[in-house]
Amino acid sequence: MSTLHTVNKSPFETSTLKSCLEHVSDGDTILLIEDGVYGAMAGSSMADLVTAKTKAVSIIALAPDMQARGIDEDRLIKGINTTDYAGFVDLAAKNDLSHAWL
Amino acid sequence: MAIREIKMSETVKKFLYVNRKAPYGTIYALESLEVVLIGAAFDQDVSLAFLDDGVFQLTKGQDTKEIGVKNFSPTYRALGDYEVTKLYVEKESLAERGLSADDLQELVWEDEDDDYAEKPSIRIIDRTEMAKLMANQDVVLSF
Amino acid sequence: MKFGILISEGPYTHQAADSALRFTKAAIKAGHEIDRVFFYHDGVNVGTRLSIPPQDERNLQQEWSALAKDHGVDLVICIAAAQRRGLLDENEAKRQGKDANNIADGFRISGLGQLIEMGILSDRLMTFGD
Repeated sequence: MSTLHTVNKSPFETSTLKSCLEHVSDGDTILLIEDGVYGAMAGSSMADLVTAKTKAVSIIALAPDMQARGIDEDRLIKGINTTDYAGFVDLAAKNDLSHAWL
Repeated sequence: MAIREIKMSETVKKFLYVNRKAPYGTIYALESLEVVLIGAAFDQDVSLAFLDDGVFQLTKGQDTKEIGVKNFSPTYRALGDYEVTKLYVEKESLAERGLSADDLQELVWEDEDDDYAEKPSIRIIDRTEMAKLMANQDVVLSF
Repeated sequence: MKFGILISEGPYTHQAADSALRFTKAAIKAGHEIDRVFFYHDGVNVGTRLSIPPQDERNLQQEWSALAKDHGVDLVICIAAAQRRGLLDENEAKRQGKDANNIADGFRISGLGQLIEMGILSDRLMTFGD
């Protein structure tokens, strides 16, 4: 059983991403969407916390939301991949459960 | 019966309602509770999770007279009668907010399999147990 | 897969209704089924036919109504949340003695039970909120 977690808020605005990171299980996926994509950026105060989790869970950023915000792929934390809406749908189908962190 | 109705009458899923927001400053706590109450009629396996600021929803002594909004905290006491008996409160979230179990309402349910003995609905669990609870659901509703 | 979609925030103020729209379209394109789209909290406001966004911006209500029309997607607005926020269909307006109704094509107002039903009958429930 694996869960797709979605986080849509910037980790500098709310503690939602932090809370999500504290409640994921090994093998889960976290998809950062909307303002959540800011949590994928390297060099931020959140980067270490996020990087530490990339071994246990798959962390992915939604590319359309990154592009909207002018975030290039090369600015992402190493180990974070990107996907599009088609990929988002695939992730939702592939994982047994969807958990939106609001 | 139509296929939808048949499937409805045969399916029991594990529903988890996730509450992470404080009451009154926003409507999420109230409208989440409204879903729980309506949902009770559907005979699913329901659990409620209270973590982060969601733990504030269950505190005692809420008096909303001076802000003019309805005090809906008494409604949590009715959950037992609706057979919603599993309210999981996260230990770390309480501690981070300087709260203890004593700050929370005493919510009970009557176990008809045990001579209607009153049992506590609030179960305080730690973060690891909360993560496990979340992982083992069929549907997660966040508000 | 059969997807249920829950939208918990209003149009334009939050990106939720946009993200949900794009997800839903991608799911349909991939051949999945949409059981229902349920609008709750401020999400009910997606269903007003009175909104006039700027000409050069997207019209969220129209895009959702088009999904209902073109793909038969069931758009359900929660009655309790709608009443609080003043989103009415013709029947509700008459019933409540209001002098107007404002629901858009393709949306229907119904009870919270429809959300639970969606949770029971869908394979995956996706929530788009704040």
